[in-house]
Amino acid sequence: MAAEAGKMEFGAKAHTALNDPKLRANFRRAMDGLMTKRAIQFADEAEWTSLRARGAAARANALAKLAELLEQLEANCLRNGIQVHWAETTQEANSIVLGILEAAGARTVIKGKSMVTEEMHLNAHLEKHGITPVESDLGEYIIQLAGEAPSHIVMPCIHKNKAEIAELFHDKIEGQAYTENVDELTAAARAALRGAFAGADAGISGVNFAVAETGTLVLIENEGNGRLSTTLPPLHIAVTGIEKVLEKLDDVPPLLSLLPRSATGQPITTYVNMISSPRKDGEKDGPKAVHLVLLDNGRSRVHGDTELRDTLRCIRCAACMNHCPVYTRVGGHTYTFTYPGPIGKLLTPQIEGLDCAGDQPHASTLCRACADVCPVQIPIPDLLVRLRTESVRPTSGQAVKGAGSSATAAETLGWKGWTLLYASPLVYRIGTRMLGWFGNLMPSSAPMLKQWTSVRTKPKFAAKSLHELAREKGYCDE
Amino acid sequence: MNWPARRDTAMNNPRERILSRLKAAPKAAAPLRPDWTPPTYDAAGRKAKFKAMLEASHADVHEVSPHDWPQRLKTILANKGVGNVVYAPATPAGRQLAESWAGSGPELVAYDRAVEEFKDVLVSKADAGLTTTKGGIAQTGSLVLWPTPDEPRLMSLLPPIHVALVEEASLTDSLAETIRAQGWAGAMPTNAVLVSGPSKTADIEQTLAYGVHGPKELIVLLIGSDSP
Amino acid sequence: MTTPPRPNSVYFFGTCLIDLFYPEAGLAGMELLKREGLKVVFPPKQTCCGQPARNNGYQDEARAVARLQLDAFPGDRPIVVPSGSCAGMMKTHYPEMFEGTPDHDRAVAFSKRVFELTEFLVDVLGVRLEDKGQPVTVTWHPSCHSQREAGVIEQPKALLRQLANVTLVENPREKECCGFGGAFAVRQAEISAAMVADKVASIEETGATQVVSGDCGCLMNITGAAEKSRKGFKGRHIAEFILERCHGR
Repeated sequence: MAAEAGKMEFGAKAHTALNDPKLRANFRRAMDGLMTKRAIQFADEAEWTSLRARGAAARANALAKLAELLEQLEANCLRNGIQVHWAETTQEANSIVLGILEAAGARTVIKGKSMVTEEMHLNAHLEKHGITPVESDLGEYIIQLAGEAPSHIVMPCIHKNKAEIAELFHDKIEGQAYTENVDELTAAARAALRGAFAGADAGISGVNFAVAETGTLVLIENEGNGRLSTTLPPLHIAVTGIEKVLEKLDDVPPLLSLLPRSATGQPITTYVNMISSPRKDGEKDGPKAVHLVLLDNGRSRVHGDTELRDTLRCIRCAACMNHCPVYTRVGGHTYTFTYPGPIGKLLTPQIEGLDCAGDQPHASTLCRACADVCPVQIPIPDLLVRLRTESVRPTSGQAVKGAGSSATAAETLGWKGWTLLYASPLVYRIGTRMLGWFGNLMPSSAPMLKQWTSVRTKPKFAAKSLHELAREKGYCDE
Repeated sequence: MNWPARRDTAMNNPRERILSRLKAAPKAAAPLRPDWTPPTYDAAGRKAKFKAMLEASHADVHEVSPHDWPQRLKTILANKGVGNVVYAPATPAGRQLAESWAGSGPELVAYDRAVEEFKDVLVSKADAGLTTTKGGIAQTGSLVLWPTPDEPRLMSLLPPIHVALVEEASLTDSLAETIRAQGWAGAMPTNAVLVSGPSKTADIEQTLAYGVHGPKELIVLLIGSDSP
Repeated sequence: MTTPPRPNSVYFFGTCLIDLFYPEAGLAGMELLKREGLKVVFPPKQTCCGQPARNNGYQDEARAVARLQLDAFPGDRPIVVPSGSCAGMMKTHYPEMFEGTPDHDRAVAFSKRVFELTEFLVDVLGVRLEDKGQPVTVTWHPSCHSQREAGVIEQPKALLRQLANVTLVENPREKECCGFGGAFAVRQAEISAAMVADKVASIEETGATQVVSGDCGCLMNITGAAEKSRKGFKGRHIAEFILERCHGR
């Protein structure tokens, strides 16, 4: 998968995005709206602080006991009749899903929104084997029609405006007239997908939370397609990363109070769907078979480092990217891989490798806007710095895939030189004196200075440094 | 070379490899869960909050009495031109409905067989579905649906109108309270759903639209005590 | 919040950017403290808080430079820093940088002595400012680190609001990062350019003739871009701005 995706392409893709005024306007408007809505929900500081602490503890607790809770989850699921499968890689997970479908003779599949299945490129795999899954979430349906990848983890087609969607529907949905009326577009999607729900042999979904205590899969959504794809077809396959476990049912309410409010500024999603078993004897509907696929894909390695483990607390609310000044300007596709924004800059290098995505942790000013709003207190900027460190100076034990891959002799030497200057008062005094005399002679086209001066005037070295002036004014005397 | 007879082949198994990696990880202390209290309300406040949250989500809430709700419902549905209602004949509410309407009003369609024989009705012919609820949560304006063999899951999902009966006495303040008070951890059903409004989306330019795949309308009949 | 006790003397940490590019801002900061009757000492061995190395992944190098600062500011005198970014670095990260080393206790003690300049002026000294300057309209730029790491949000504005002839206009986008980010301005130069362009535009929209900030990295970025695109406003470090107003310049 890594070979297909772009290596270290962040800057190049950002260039394209930054020069697309429509994309920039769409994202700016969308992110402003989402930030405002979230702020309204969390106007009470004290409530936010205590709720967030409770939510972070629920996730941190689960990660501290992850192996034990996964075993408990599995045991309870099995006891309830849900079959459980484990996959180390996305290839294994894809094979498992395909195997379940083929064993059931399933040819038509309806999908609820699931980022982990994007991570697996599941649709492509199924299509190669003659099964075309239909995306039922409106945003995912739209991008499926457009043949694109999602650009945001909660609102997949946030990069598209009404006119673009109207054009798409008119083009791809049989008999659909061009309309920009949102109600009409929604009705068109409902009609187009209704038959797909009814005729599907299988439904595939993600999982928001998997509760170990009861063997319950919690799925949240607004449209109803999640409930439909997990109730109507005779077979339901749920896929999740191994980190989505919660220990107790009691852990659900605080996270449920955090996720929708952080994501879209809603107090709660329209539907909170809790599934604990397939159709029981006497029941009239529901799938007769339910499967849960647990995907690792590098998560156990992330878990193995107690600092980086916090990455796995993520509940996929997207608040971080909604508040990120970088994401707002370049949009989700710039990040190439499944997860964009700040969380993507943490996950992607750890899953795909720093050799592949080592530029991503650097694509940040460390402004901390993300950390301020993360409902589970992931210290995103600190973890970005950790990944930057790993990419040039691997810690022992190779905590991160591709660690050390960005180290260059030139850069290492550069920082040694910097240390020489700044760790020795004498060298510093001499060096800064020289910069005061000659620094302004550096041409604007010099490397590094060139990028700066493309949009800014050259910074001017002062003739006398503060050290010199302070000395002259007597501030250096005790 | 002879491999030992009881060579552990479990390590060739993804489950074992994943679990052993997780178990080998350095231990971090499992944090204590800090105190967190969801809001509480008095009886009047609870009802008011429940109504307000549902109405803000585009649902209609009607206060009814235990006796008159079937007739009130008939009027509401007649005004909407509803031709039929899918209902659960084996529930007390279903029986009460059938008795009260006794042939007048929208056609009552019993969901009394497996979905395999009922799908077409649900998908394209049903105008409305009526369900009871296990309760209602004030903080978020949420109905607690607890499907049973008599009241299957799709009743509240496929028909474009969902009518839900909520007993005022069953209202609770928050989900946290509900889970504890109703002992969910002891016995989760096949499926439990919190419903907090009609189906909606904001995927198209963040503009709200209703009735995407689930019901376009949610009508809540809030059943008060018997006094006038 | 308990007010820290008022000391007789303070150390001043100039920061490497001020040292090289904005020494007047450093002098202004020291003079503001001196005017309040404090003895201000500028230890000559100081250089840089080490943040550039830390942020680029060179922890050993960052630690070596940070250690020099621990050496340069002995004792328990408060250390006043005219930069939210450097103050944030020293307050928040010095303890963890020295964890597991013999300097850890020293680093923890050091971090507790660090104050951002406006934080010190307002919270410790409770300064009263008299405005002798001409009417002017300004807007404030809070650096990301001062807002979110050093926790300094209201103090600078409180100071500006004390100045009777200064009209402080709020920038609705004030909290958004200006795009400097140290090496980011070079590594992701285009994104940085887009961010500073938006910041400059939002400042221009306020109608202010000056943007005042507590961080010279941001100032260099914003004023550099404003000058290049010939915008009408100037940029000033808050220490310089306040001192000028107090002197009627």
